[in-house]
Amino acid sequence: MSLRILVGCKRVIDYAVKIRVKPDKSGVITEGVKHSMNPFDEIAIEEAVRMKEKKIAKEIVAFSCGPTQCQETLRTALAMGADRGIHVEVSGPEYETLQPLHISKMLAKLAKDEQIDLIIVGKQAIDDDCNQTAQMTAALLGWPQATSASKIEAKDGSLQVVREIDGGLETIKVKLPSVVSADLRLNEPRYATLPNIMKAKKKPIKKLAPKDLGIDVSPRIQVVTVEEPPVRQAGAKVENVDAVVEKLKALGHA
Amino acid sequence: MTSLIQVLKTPLALRSAHIIKRSLASTTNPTPSSTPTPQLDKQGPSTGYCFELTPEQREVQELARKFAREEIIPVAAHHDRTGEYPWELIKRAHSLGLMNGHIDAEFGGMGLSNFEGCLIAEELSYGCTGIGTAIEANGLGQSPVILAGNKDQKKKYLGRMVEEPLMCAYGVTEPGAGSDVANIKTKAEKKGDHYVLNGQKMWITNGGHANWYFVLARTNPDPKAPAHKALTGFIVDRDTPGVTPGRKEINMGQRASDTRGITFEDVLVPKENVLLGEGAGFKIAMGAFDQTRPPVAAGAVGLAQRAYDEALKYSLERKTFGVPIFKHQAVAFMLADMAIGIETSRLAWMRASWEVDQGRRNTYYASIAKALAGDVANKCATDAVQIFGGNGFNSEYPVEKLMRDAKIYQIYEGTAQIQRVIISRELVSRFTE
Repeated sequence: MSLRILVGCKRVIDYAVKIRVKPDKSGVITEGVKHSMNPFDEIAIEEAVRMKEKKIAKEIVAFSCGPTQCQETLRTALAMGADRGIHVEVSGPEYETLQPLHISKMLAKLAKDEQIDLIIVGKQAIDDDCNQTAQMTAALLGWPQATSASKIEAKDGSLQVVREIDGGLETIKVKLPSVVSADLRLNEPRYATLPNIMKAKKKPIKKLAPKDLGIDVSPRIQVVTVEEPPVRQAGAKVENVDAVVEKLKALGHA
Repeated sequence: MTSLIQVLKTPLALRSAHIIKRSLASTTNPTPSSTPTPQLDKQGPSTGYCFELTPEQREVQELARKFAREEIIPVAAHHDRTGEYPWELIKRAHSLGLMNGHIDAEFGGMGLSNFEGCLIAEELSYGCTGIGTAIEANGLGQSPVILAGNKDQKKKYLGRMVEEPLMCAYGVTEPGAGSDVANIKTKAEKKGDHYVLNGQKMWITNGGHANWYFVLARTNPDPKAPAHKALTGFIVDRDTPGVTPGRKEINMGQRASDTRGITFEDVLVPKENVLLGEGAGFKIAMGAFDQTRPPVAAGAVGLAQRAYDEALKYSLERKTFGVPIFKHQAVAFMLADMAIGIETSRLAWMRASWEVDQGRRNTYYASIAKALAGDVANKCATDAVQIFGGNGFNSEYPVEKLMRDAKIYQIYEGTAQIQRVIISRELVSRFTE
């Protein structure tokens, strides 16, 4: 097998940063805040690189959609082992209202243009927690999907995937081409070594605009307000079960 | 909002058990900006002051930072307690390309700039200065060869460092001569195609594990001969008969690092291993410092930053008189002074490093950076212990180690006093220009 793999890498606010809401409640503060690759996407890239090392894949294309700084995210993917990058530039207010459906359309179009055999994305992004892109992309392409993958094995033109579901683990077989979304325990991403970081500088990143792919990214939604979760209220201690029932009744919960 | 982070903290909690928030004041905190970052030109001077890192520099820093937080910090206390040499970490750092950065691409290295090397040094030292010193001491040993070695010497002694994780050491200091390098007594007598080396070196970092040493010895026996004519630099292979490392010294701090005395007894050094020529040794040995003082200063800043981060975090948690101790101005002012020291000493090493990358003589800036950073590191570490109070004095908390580790920054690589001698000499030479 020599697959060409497309991996989605989203640039998100770093997981360790304390998120703050903008004073005008229009969104979250991103200016001057540390960003990095979505951790689930790092796992996706790592899986693709491992498949290339096992000679199951022949080329890895990393994709990112967003402002200019997404090039840094792509450089990280290249340093981990991707061969080339594609950056679809979207910035400003259009970026604020970008939705998984837009990304899915981009992935679907690129999959056709670049003759992709397998799309791997992280199962969800840590900023919006949507868990939609993999599913929508598969639907747009009419390809089978295997989401929340914790193990992938390639076997004669198809993939055997172990999925983490609510009830436990489910093993399914999907024919290629297909879309897979990476879950937490799929692998542990490698460090990019310094020599690889240097080599990554020479790998190409193709820049595109959404209209080059024939995709309209004008907003379909309008953000009304963004607020912090309510501050946790203090609890109250009671003496015994009867007192608990009393309190619940008084608060109108029983 | 916090649930987002909570759920996903678990995967990376495996990799990063210690997440210490950087102060907002830290300038090395990578801040992506929408304006393109000017590329720092290595060939000529830049077009103006720039306080931002290039994307490549940020990546180098990120890698070193990740390695320090995820791999060095968890084992630092163990190596400090046992004095065990951090071979596993050295091999890891070597495989990640974090070592031997200064070696030219021609010999298999990455040809990193001095600045990038310092970025790595600061981040590794944040994790543990003992382990950082063990990793960085290669730079000091290699410096004379990089500066003054001929092609064969570079190929032989630098090439091997890149291929496998080997260590080297810089052997100048003696039991009777530290600051006064001109007064070293180790002798090298020419006998045919070899030199016979006899003498004793002391406080040699990596002394017990080095594959080869840079050794400074006296080739001109005339006591009136000036230092810059009487001393010669040699590369000495560890396995040469007569080379005997002493026992590992038990020091106050940086205990993971291996420091020893080395005895040279009728050691035969081939004449091919002389750097430049007889009498050139002093200049080479001193020239090496211009390259190595900035990374040592950067290491001291890394320690200071660590002390500050630990103290800040603690001061926001510990309560006295009903409030977190940060609310007491005495404590807040200590932290403010720490921040002042860190920001300025960081800028100092950056200037010193940038100067040498521009191809200019940076002695003045290098000495300022090293002197300042050493003092700042000691102050920050001491104040951190103070802020931790009784807990600070105890080995269960990380700051007492920082205080023990910090002291050497005022001593090695040129004592605080020698730095001031150098700076005052530079001042007077500029005045009389």
